[in-house]
Amino acid sequence: MDFVAGNYDVIVIGAGHAGCEAALASSRMGCKTLILTISIDNIALMPCNPAVGGPAKGHLVREIDALGGQMGLNIDKTNIQVRMLNTGKGPAVHSLRAQADKKMYQEEMTKELEAQDNLDVKQAMVEEILVENNIVQGVKTQTGAIFKSEVVILTTGTYLRGKIIIGDFNYIAGPNGLQSSINLSGNLKELGFELLRFKTGTPARIDRRTIDFSKMIEQPGDEKNLFFSFMSKESTPYNYSCWLTYTNEKTHKIIRDNLHRAPMYSGSIEGTGPRYCPSIEDKIVRFSDKASHQTFIEPEGINTYEMYVQGISTSLPEDVQLIMYRSIAGLENVEIMRPAYAIEYDCLNPTQLSLTLETKKVSGLFAAGQINGSSGYEEAAAQGLIAGINAVTKIKGKEPFILKRSDAYIGVLIDDLVTKGTNEPYRMLTSRAEYRLLLRQDNADLRLTEEGWKIGLVNEDRYKQFINKKESISREMLRLSQVMLNPNNQLVSNVLKLRESSLLKNSISAMDLLKRPEITYFDLLEIGYGDKELTREIYEQVEIQIKYEGYITKQQSQVERFEKIENRVIPQKINYLKINGLRNEAKQKLSTIMPISVGQASRISGVSPADISVLLVYLEQQRRRGVYDNEK
Amino acid sequence: MINDTIAAIVTAMGAASVGIIRISGPDAIKIGNLVYSGKAEFIKTPSHSVLYGRVYDQFNKKLIDEALFLIMREPRTFSGEDVVEIQCHGGMISVRKVLEIVLRNGARIAEPGEFSKRAFLNGKLDLAQAESIMDIVNAKTEKSLELAINQLQGALSILVNEVRYELLRLVAYIEADIDFPEDDIERLSNTQQLEKLVELSDRLINILRTAQKGKLIREGLNVIIIGKPNVGKSSLLNALIRETKAIVTDIPGTTRDAIEEYINLGGIPIKLVDTAGIRDSENLVEQIGVEKAKEFITKADLILYVIDIIEGISDDDKNIIFELLDKIPTIFLANKADLQYNQDNLKAIKSILGEKELILISAKENQGLEAIEERIAALFFEGSLQISGEAIITSARHVQALQGAYDHLKGAINSIQNDMPGDFVVIDIRSSWELLGKITGDTIEDDILDQIFSQFCLGK
Repeated sequence: MDFVAGNYDVIVIGAGHAGCEAALASSRMGCKTLILTISIDNIALMPCNPAVGGPAKGHLVREIDALGGQMGLNIDKTNIQVRMLNTGKGPAVHSLRAQADKKMYQEEMTKELEAQDNLDVKQAMVEEILVENNIVQGVKTQTGAIFKSEVVILTTGTYLRGKIIIGDFNYIAGPNGLQSSINLSGNLKELGFELLRFKTGTPARIDRRTIDFSKMIEQPGDEKNLFFSFMSKESTPYNYSCWLTYTNEKTHKIIRDNLHRAPMYSGSIEGTGPRYCPSIEDKIVRFSDKASHQTFIEPEGINTYEMYVQGISTSLPEDVQLIMYRSIAGLENVEIMRPAYAIEYDCLNPTQLSLTLETKKVSGLFAAGQINGSSGYEEAAAQGLIAGINAVTKIKGKEPFILKRSDAYIGVLIDDLVTKGTNEPYRMLTSRAEYRLLLRQDNADLRLTEEGWKIGLVNEDRYKQFINKKESISREMLRLSQVMLNPNNQLVSNVLKLRESSLLKNSISAMDLLKRPEITYFDLLEIGYGDKELTREIYEQVEIQIKYEGYITKQQSQVERFEKIENRVIPQKINYLKINGLRNEAKQKLSTIMPISVGQASRISGVSPADISVLLVYLEQQRRRGVYDNEK
Repeated sequence: MINDTIAAIVTAMGAASVGIIRISGPDAIKIGNLVYSGKAEFIKTPSHSVLYGRVYDQFNKKLIDEALFLIMREPRTFSGEDVVEIQCHGGMISVRKVLEIVLRNGARIAEPGEFSKRAFLNGKLDLAQAESIMDIVNAKTEKSLELAINQLQGALSILVNEVRYELLRLVAYIEADIDFPEDDIERLSNTQQLEKLVELSDRLINILRTAQKGKLIREGLNVIIIGKPNVGKSSLLNALIRETKAIVTDIPGTTRDAIEEYINLGGIPIKLVDTAGIRDSENLVEQIGVEKAKEFITKADLILYVIDIIEGISDDDKNIIFELLDKIPTIFLANKADLQYNQDNLKAIKSILGEKELILISAKENQGLEAIEERIAALFFEGSLQISGEAIITSARHVQALQGAYDHLKGAINSIQNDMPGDFVVIDIRSSWELLGKITGDTIEDDILDQIFSQFCLGK
């Protein structure tokens, strides 16, 4: 029997990384929120690698944190190793990465959800999105419970019609063998959505006690005191190592000999897999000249013997997996605890979404995470946050919250997905960001916390800390530009000699001295011109802003140019089919994507610069005629 | 797209003795100042005033022209933006040269109708005027598509694509290193990057240098009119450009200088050169001799060889024709066919030419001109007209893109030499790659990712 089980402002379907952020954001911003999950035991599950962050992904986590999201705080509380990657490169691509204790990560996030005001956590399988006149009404569960709401956010990850494949064996399941969601997928099709079929995979988990670490290279973490969250102050006490080893010719021969049993090659997998996460059989076939491939053996947590075999995901049959893993140095006697598998799942073609992550077809229906064709915990969380925020702006009738490509990696991620679409699971990469130099992980708070405060997601503590930091930076910048160094100062000369820096001829400002590549803020401290009261964070900001000023200014002027065209709004009732001069392909694409600005229109594949010229002239004609006067 | 500064020659090609270059956009004054050499403080000059100055070639420091600079600040200008107009004399060659310098200093060549488009967008034109602008913009869509296709097959595209591909590989190396720092992929040392960048920037400068030398034709096919004195070469040139600029008399050798004119023949840009009098009053064919003529001819992509059908074919003609046959595409023209001529002359010519086609024309009466145009177009489109191993840089836009791409490579080299990390170096390499894409017509961001994933074995 169907029955009405509750009324909410927002319902989130799924409690993975996207779902958690969405539910926390909407409840924290004051909307009565319900989060539904197939299993409460699997909230914030990490079904693949036991790590958060890395290039671009770490940037996303910092941005989520700067806006008042949870992922950064949660990993800071539950990591068992942290490393700053890319430190030999520019500050824009320094990237934090943490190994997580998976269980602890889940427990912390579950606690956070349960403790959150305005948020109910319930276990249920949603079978149907209730829609009337293209407006969402709520959801119905397997057991007939109807929950009503103004907004529904889909964050179903890889559960939609999920199918696990291990060699010639396959079964219907979500990640890790969990129950998959079958009917919801059909329901989405009935609602008129176009679904894609994607594939991803994960390596085996192996028993720590059966590994010979003496044949591997230890990779310890950095010293602690590195945090994703701008609010975290205290490190976890753990520092577990990862271990590096390599495949060899024997491994490759085993794989080649058994290729006919790999579903990717026997044809039983239909989904499209990601290029940046190929299975080991893919690597062997595509890069046949490579004599070995590296793999990191990573701990899954502190209370388990399970270890993750990074780099060697596969859908080969289990018997082949065993001999294949055992051919690797240090794994000769390894026991598999969970076999590797490939998983196929349904997802939405993301071009059906607007930049707020609301579907264009059904008002009030949002989607975030892997269902939008992305991959990765961080990509999912970032979308979840934005969907959660925009669920609230919609309900409260406020301006939608859209981050531009020049604001944040989150902006790049969502714009890429909804404007260009994707034909493989989408992963964030720093090379996708045009303004990489400005979108650094160190300045995520300076870029975004003000915005987070305005929409009511950033709490007072965080905001105060942010304001303090901002003021300290500008005060220090001013001070450094005013403090003059005397060329006769012996201490200064000594330090300069030590750094192989040319000696001063005239007096120069501390700022000018800091511009020299070989001079750091710590040198200023040494010669007595630094400010000991300030934190490392401030030194870092000041140094980056001074040292890379030329490049930063150049990129800022690019952003200004970019934003001019980005701010040219396209009225939503425009009829592209009626615009003379647009090529047919452009008419079709523009009608489908419905860009909000000329800038977004220019990024649609199949829309040429000439089409944009036509569009600009058309918009101006219409404006002169006063067509859009009543629309603002 | 609408925030950059554009420039173009706004006076009719070849018609007037004064040429005007208009610069419009936010950097118009800045660029004007860079081009201007003179006593006044250009930047501080009040709006709507005129400065007298000179324009120098920044490379070889040679004086190009004296010019008047008209400075107009927004909003009271044609386009509604800052505008500088440069008035030069001295005909098309110096006007073009000045434009090139304007472009080199940061302006982009204006698309057809673009000044008007901006004027409209800035509220300077009314709706009725705007409709016609729309037509121009629309027409441009088709035209540019056509052009892009033609250029894709050109030699320039091949050269540029080679450089682009190398740049893309380099970008993939650097980007893969940034996004996958822990994968065991091949990495390039700074020295290796530097070597590659120097090699590629040399290749770009070579393409550009040939353009500077004038060996390479910037604006189209180099078509040279050859023939004995007084066979009507200047008349033909004039007929083709439909105006009378060269002095035409009945006295042999009255054309004092080599005349160059730019015409557009059925969509094919052509530089037409009348060689008469290039050695003053000497007779090219008779006095300089076959050897000299051959040397001169090597510069041509196509020769229009004019024979006087009244005079008939001479031994000199024969010598030249035998040298030309099968070497450079040539169209043979029998001029003065409007007059009474001896049929034996025609037969004699035809027997010398054999298979080669002869077109009967009258430059004076505009007869046979269409046949010439058709023949040139046919040769061009069937691919017979190519330049020996050289690329055609078809427009100032290309020169500009090449120059920009080169400058960015210099920037990248500079960054490496200053020990900047890869993520800084790659900014300039990507810009260079994108600029070259404007020549070949494809700048697709995804190329970079495709390259990374096909070049390296990456992933968890």
